[in-house]
Amino acid sequence: MVKATDTANPEYFHRVVDCQYACPAHTPVPEYIRLIAAGRYTDAYMINWESNVFPGILGRTCDRPCEPACRRGRLDQEPVAICRLKRVAADMKESVKARLPQPVQEKNGKRVALVGAGPASLTVARDLLPLGYAIDIYDEQPAGGGFMRSQIPSFRLPEEVLDEEVGYILDLGAVTHFNQRVNSLKGLLAEQYDAVFIGSGAPQGRDLQLPGRAEADANIHLGINWLASVAFGHTESIGKRVIVLGGGNTAMDCCRTALRMGADEVKVVVRSPRPEMKASPWEIEDAEREGVPMLQNHVPLEFVLEEGRLVGMRFDRVRPVYADDGRRTLVSLGEPPVLIECDDVCVAIGQDTAFPWIERDIGIEFDQHDRPIVDKASFQSSLGNVFFGGDAAFGPENIITAVAHGHQAAVSIDLLLRGQDVNLRPPPGTNLISQKMGLQEWTYDSAVAMDERYRVPHRDVAESLHNRKLEVELGFEAASAFREAQRCLNCDVQTVFTETKCIECDACIDICPTDCLTFTPKAETEKELRQVTRVPARNLEQPLYVSDDLPTGRLMVKDEDVCLHCGLCAERCPTAAWDMQKFLYHVTKAGEARAEEAV
Amino acid sequence: MSYLKPGFSHPHHQQNNLGLYRKDYEGALSTLCAGCGHDSVSAAIVQACFEADVEPHRVAKLSGIGCSSKTPNYFLNHAHGFNSVHGRMPSVATGACMANRELIYVGVSGDGDTASIGMGQFAHVARRNLNMVYLVENNGCYGLTKGQDSATTDMGSVSKAGRASPFESIDLVALALQLGATYVARGFSGDKEQLVPLIRGALAHRGFAFIDIISPCVTFNNNPGSTKGYEYVREHMQAVGQADFIPVREEVTASYEPGCSVEVALHDGSVCLNKIDPELDISDRASALRLLDSYKERGEILTGLLHVDRDSEDLHDTLETADRPLRDLSEQDLCPGQVALDSINQSCR
Ligand SMILES: Cc1cc2nc3c(=O)[nH]c(=O)nc-3n(C[C@H](O)[C@H](O)[C@H](O)COP(=O)(O)OP(=O)(O)OC[C@H]3O[C@@H](n4cnc5c(N)ncnc54)[C@H](O)[C@@H]3O)c2cc1C
Ligand SMILES: Cc1ncc(C[n+]2csc(CCOP(=O)(O)OP(=O)(O)O)c2C)c(N)n1
Ligand code: SF4
Ligand code: SF4
Ligand code: SF4
Ligand SMILES: [Mg+2]
Repeated sequence: MVKATDTANPEYFHRVVDCQYACPAHTPVPEYIRLIAAGRYTDAYMINWESNVFPGILGRTCDRPCEPACRRGRLDQEPVAICRLKRVAADMKESVKARLPQPVQEKNGKRVALVGAGPASLTVARDLLPLGYAIDIYDEQPAGGGFMRSQIPSFRLPEEVLDEEVGYILDLGAVTHFNQRVNSLKGLLAEQYDAVFIGSGAPQGRDLQLPGRAEADANIHLGINWLASVAFGHTESIGKRVIVLGGGNTAMDCCRTALRMGADEVKVVVRSPRPEMKASPWEIEDAEREGVPMLQNHVPLEFVLEEGRLVGMRFDRVRPVYADDGRRTLVSLGEPPVLIECDDVCVAIGQDTAFPWIERDIGIEFDQHDRPIVDKASFQSSLGNVFFGGDAAFGPENIITAVAHGHQAAVSIDLLLRGQDVNLRPPPGTNLISQKMGLQEWTYDSAVAMDERYRVPHRDVAESLHNRKLEVELGFEAASAFREAQRCLNCDVQTVFTETKCIECDACIDICPTDCLTFTPKAETEKELRQVTRVPARNLEQPLYVSDDLPTGRLMVKDEDVCLHCGLCAERCPTAAWDMQKFLYHVTKAGEARAEEAV
Repeated sequence: MSYLKPGFSHPHHQQNNLGLYRKDYEGALSTLCAGCGHDSVSAAIVQACFEADVEPHRVAKLSGIGCSSKTPNYFLNHAHGFNSVHGRMPSVATGACMANRELIYVGVSGDGDTASIGMGQFAHVARRNLNMVYLVENNGCYGLTKGQDSATTDMGSVSKAGRASPFESIDLVALALQLGATYVARGFSGDKEQLVPLIRGALAHRGFAFIDIISPCVTFNNNPGSTKGYEYVREHMQAVGQADFIPVREEVTASYEPGCSVEVALHDGSVCLNKIDPELDISDRASALRLLDSYKERGEILTGLLHVDRDSEDLHDTLETADRPLRDLSEQDLCPGQVALDSINQSCR
């Protein structure tokens, strides 16, 4: 028999908040969106800051795994512009200085070294500094931010925004050692640190060894090195005609940067068919908007030189062939190779971690791909006081993942240095509270807006190509931000059912606009229940909420899939058997569990 | 309080043969009390019309006064509607139906609207066999005026006011049978599995199709001691005429024990299969009346389809009215001229 759903398990309602669940840092998205709608930008900013540390940066650059997960996407609409709303909070907030933690004067006597000053390390610093740890940050770059500074171009992320949010952390009292590369972990450990966190990223750009590579070296640039060189002002120009190899986000940043460095004919050339390009759709869209074509199904063959100079590249045109198991191979069309002329080539086909500076005899185990063996929950390596996080831990991901790792690594370091087991993870904090304000009145705006997604305005192309530091996206205005915020369905306001109150009058079933609710006899398996819901519950990613037995022996079954959180079921329920209750899910951070223990 | 329904539907909702979705049969957001049985009846009407591929603009909704009579606003908002005065819906329905035989007439009334003030009108519309669906949302009280006992309140039943009703009650099903209604059923708002096919059958029937639907008033008559509350009805309800509505174009797949079912061919060729009490002969009014009595004696509420007259002649047949709506008749049709008058006069000599 299918058992009643255990809603006391924090993960049940968490799963229903699609965006928050998909976010690696589990930022309470609907909560901050409501604050934006209420014009409480600073409060919205602080919720983000607590959870993801870089609201202004992420509001411009996040990979936004939350958006494909957004419930609105399952209702034949585009997701809520979650990421761009985050930026609104950052852009429109008042000063947050007074709300930030203050530097701790009395240290706790423990010293932690962070290798790299990217988002992962900065998050560790943010969480540990207020607890009294002494933090030393090492980075070979001249300033903090890691790839956020060296890779993400200023036209996507203005320097002031980066400086502001990196500054909030450094101002907590971190000791920075910039322009200082760590060349030996053994040496670092010898400096008597109690723990070391390695957030060194994935700094090794992949190269493409083809005929002509060595000879044309002066005009072939590894994407990430080239972007860093532009970011730090070492490179100021590139040839007129540029080929960018690769279909990921790095390629998109390279082609758009090349346009701003003087190129006037930039082409992105990819091996795969266009729909399989790894870059985010909006990044591709932005590059195309600036006039960069994406040439698909072109496999590079060689670099072509004339009189010792690069003049172009030859490609074999292919077509994708899919095997029954979905595996794809690229099959040559058998045509003569295509020559694409160019003056420079950017190779942006991926990057890897690299640890030449970690001695292999100090107790850190590496796998066959030369990646350190790292625990997925605690981020501890096989050497107990050394932790990895961000791209360094499991390969290239994104900023928000690095932040999530950082929070967990900080929890581990704090546990370890207080002599506790790093594998006993603190449970998340949750809160479930009725939103009833009176008869059929809720604290939240339960009406469902039918608006389509609002677009953020962009700066004029010609103007933005002129200056690589001019931000292209302009962000929402207060009015459009409000309307976009109203599209949020408030998925954190949960429908909570009390079977002892239900009189089985059918009112909730009748009113539900998306047929989420069903009374049905008991069933052996969830699979059976999924067949008998008013509309078969085919989305297996989404849970069924199953009640205990009702007086008639039936069950109330709710398919969470496309619930609008409109509250109509609860409004129409004569006995308040359905209630709308706000669920807050809070990832416990370093020191927070300790505060509870003390109480 | 919400005053609008969200525009979204389930992304996998189904279309009927007209290409319409169930949502296309809905109406405004109800203003009745939360949990009122009447809202479930509206949902059942929506479901039945959706399933039956009824074109909403070919329906006329008619009602009197009462919470029940307000409900036509909450379904089929693309249909015609007439909210008349208390107890007078039958006259309006008769006029409308006589004027335009091409619409489907759905009357919604209450026990007060029908069994008290409207009793006289009800009796005549039933005996004339007007081609309409007549639904009574029977909650055993005057809901709209704060729950006074009505003529269908069972003797001894206690409403929220706390006093047992001292009077014998009127059973509208028995009355409809005696008055000559040609399709007679009883349903319960809390059992759509039974109610939706009953309404579909009523829509398909030609003649006066009457359904008494027990529809609890959660606010004034859903307390212990009431015989029209959810719990009481669930405990005492016996569904004998368990009807399955199967349109003729679909194959009959349901199987019933032999001797326990009958097939009823309705005017549009559709079929109602009944899981039936062996005592009941669906074509025989007297057997239905006898059954009603015996269930009542046992304290049980008899529900289901209880009587159908398959060869029903409706009022248009009886009066040999024009086979087109009045609005389609030209001046020539209505005033055929001297020659026609002469021939009529001639026939009377
Ligand atoms: C071109 C490009 C664009 C990107 N755009 C986005 C985007 O828009 N959104 C997004 O979410 N992600 C983006 N990413 C990915 C994102 O930047 C990274 O996933 C993220 O920065 C990883 O954070 P981290 O803290 O692990 O390391 P990093 O940010 O990579 O920081 C590591 C730091 O460690 C330093 N370091 C390394 N080794 C040593 C050493 N031995 N000693 C001292 N210092 C050392 C490096 O100099 C670097 O500063 C992009 C990546 C690239 C390449
Ligand atoms: C001529 C007239 N007399 C009395 C009333 C007062 N009145 C309004 S509704 C109603 C009773 C309605 O009862 P019922 O038809 O059972 O509807 P319910 O509200 O119970 O659904 C009465 C007596 C009226 N509106 N008009
Ligand atoms: S909140 Fe209730 S009525 Fe609204 S969609 Fe969800 S289950 Fe249906
Ligand atoms: S509206 Fe309330 S009492 Fe009625 S069936 Fe739904 S949950 Fe039960
Ligand atoms: S008073 Fe009774 S009949 Fe009227 S809406 Fe409320 S529950 Fe329904
Ligand atoms: Mg009534």
